[in-house]
Amino acid sequence: MFPYCSAPDTLSGLSWLSCYLTTGKHTSLYLSFLTVLVLLAVTAPVALVFGFGGASAARSRFAPLAWLGKAYIGIVRGVPDIAFFLFFVIALDQAFEYARHKIKCPDWDQPIRQGNDFVVCAAAKLPLGDAPQWVHETYGFFLAVLTFSIIFGAFAANVLYGAMQAVPQAQIETAEAYGMSHRQSFWRILVPQMWVYALPGLSNLWMVLIKATPLLFLLGVEDIVYWARELGGTKTPKFTDYPHGDWRMWYFGALLVFYLAFTKVSEVVLDRIMRRLTRGQATMGGEAQRKAAA
Amino acid sequence: MSCWDTVADYALRSVGIGERLLPRADFTICQQVTLIGSGMIWNIYFGTLALLSGFFLATALAMAKAAHSPLLRKPAEWFIFVFRGSPLFIQFFFAYFLFLGLKGVFPVFSPLTSAWAGALVVLFLNTSAYSAEIFYGAMQSIPKGDIEAADAYGMSGWPRFRRIIWPTMLRLAWPAYTNEAIFLFHATALVFFSGFPATQQMGDALYYANYFADKTFNPFIPYPILACYFIMLTLTVIGLFGIVNRQLNRHLPQDRRAKIRLRPMLVR
Repeated sequence: MFPYCSAPDTLSGLSWLSCYLTTGKHTSLYLSFLTVLVLLAVTAPVALVFGFGGASAARSRFAPLAWLGKAYIGIVRGVPDIAFFLFFVIALDQAFEYARHKIKCPDWDQPIRQGNDFVVCAAAKLPLGDAPQWVHETYGFFLAVLTFSIIFGAFAANVLYGAMQAVPQAQIETAEAYGMSHRQSFWRILVPQMWVYALPGLSNLWMVLIKATPLLFLLGVEDIVYWARELGGTKTPKFTDYPHGDWRMWYFGALLVFYLAFTKVSEVVLDRIMRRLTRGQATMGGEAQRKAAA
Repeated sequence: MSCWDTVADYALRSVGIGERLLPRADFTICQQVTLIGSGMIWNIYFGTLALLSGFFLATALAMAKAAHSPLLRKPAEWFIFVFRGSPLFIQFFFAYFLFLGLKGVFPVFSPLTSAWAGALVVLFLNTSAYSAEIFYGAMQSIPKGDIEAADAYGMSGWPRFRRIIWPTMLRLAWPAYTNEAIFLFHATALVFFSGFPATQQMGDALYYANYFADKTFNPFIPYPILACYFIMLTLTVIGLFGIVNRQLNRHLPQDRRAKIRLRPMLVR
């Protein structure tokens, strides 16, 4: 990248390092940090929506919908998340291809599961066989986001369900005494009040979500773990201008520091938000703030 | 070939006993159940040993974090922060490559590059950090009156710790510690996906479930089998920890006993 980088084997020390750290492959590594941030930025709101849907369904008075909501919340308990990650990526992919196959090729008469193969017609393939590379990568990332959202949606549903239960029952009863319908009391009384109760759980979930991002690697996305392994491995002079030994330990050490810094910053920010939200609330935290100020 | 033959061939495959080759074609449900179950041996091995050894380090760390002297407190705080603030997945990778590097210099470290020792060390340190935080929190919420009563009886130092602080801390921490144990067992599923190689295809339950899902391209059979095994394991852990919980709470009146509530499981 720098002008003096044209002959790397003559360099040493810091100038060598500055050239080494700005090669094209390292740019991909830095971009993959962006992938992680994009994943977080997309997954968090989508998971919150899923969670809100799950929690409201679990509270529904229509029994089958309540069962569905409770099953969604309950299903992620007791099983390792990583198993869900590995499961959902294939399952979702097959579900999409199956649906497209049924719509696009109605006159296909062979079975879809032939022994160990999953066969759909060419028009139903996702992404299409002749699609450019970036479509494949985007589709993989999309599947990963959906998987993360489904799993973290279930966690969020659990937190929000608890928060909805924590809103004092008297509030709802008062709303109904004022003649509000079930729907009105839900949107106007319950939902605005539940966030204070939900925030500790949600901020915990955010920390957990940050720490789950390296699992992207298992979903086949070229993320930071992939590049750290790739770039850190031993390089011989035959294939690269920057030969070095096995540096994977240093690369993963850098990732460790990145995550530590990220969680630390999140912790500080979430603490601030919590302090703001508890101001003036009739909870223990709000009471403590009032006493400290007085 | 009947199902019993399959069980005889593969039930101990994950520790290297039995048939050498994994099934390659015409997978039966029986083979999948047997092999995934055989992989559970590793999950139980990692979880149990890390939990048992981590318990002692966690108690020491919690004591150190609660200490007045910064010489004790700061290292404990940093240890807990590093292991709780970073993903276990990255910790596994880092540790594996660290052990590889060490092995090159000192051959003594060569066992640590294989999963049975290396991953165990990481899990041990990781669970120590998480449990230490739980124990520390419990220690902070020991009723002041208990400690004052101990002082009034003339107890101090070791007797006060052993007879008052430690049992009360355990009792208060136990429900949260049960959850920690469950997460730890779930976290063991990460081991063979994070650098540590499965020599001669001796892997854990998820390793075999993934093997079958890759080979049959059908995730709907192996993963539910795995889920059943883990739910059974989770229920066993809850049962065993419940017995201990009853022991710890047996002196209390019925309505003041702490109940174990299962929290949703979270990623590390």
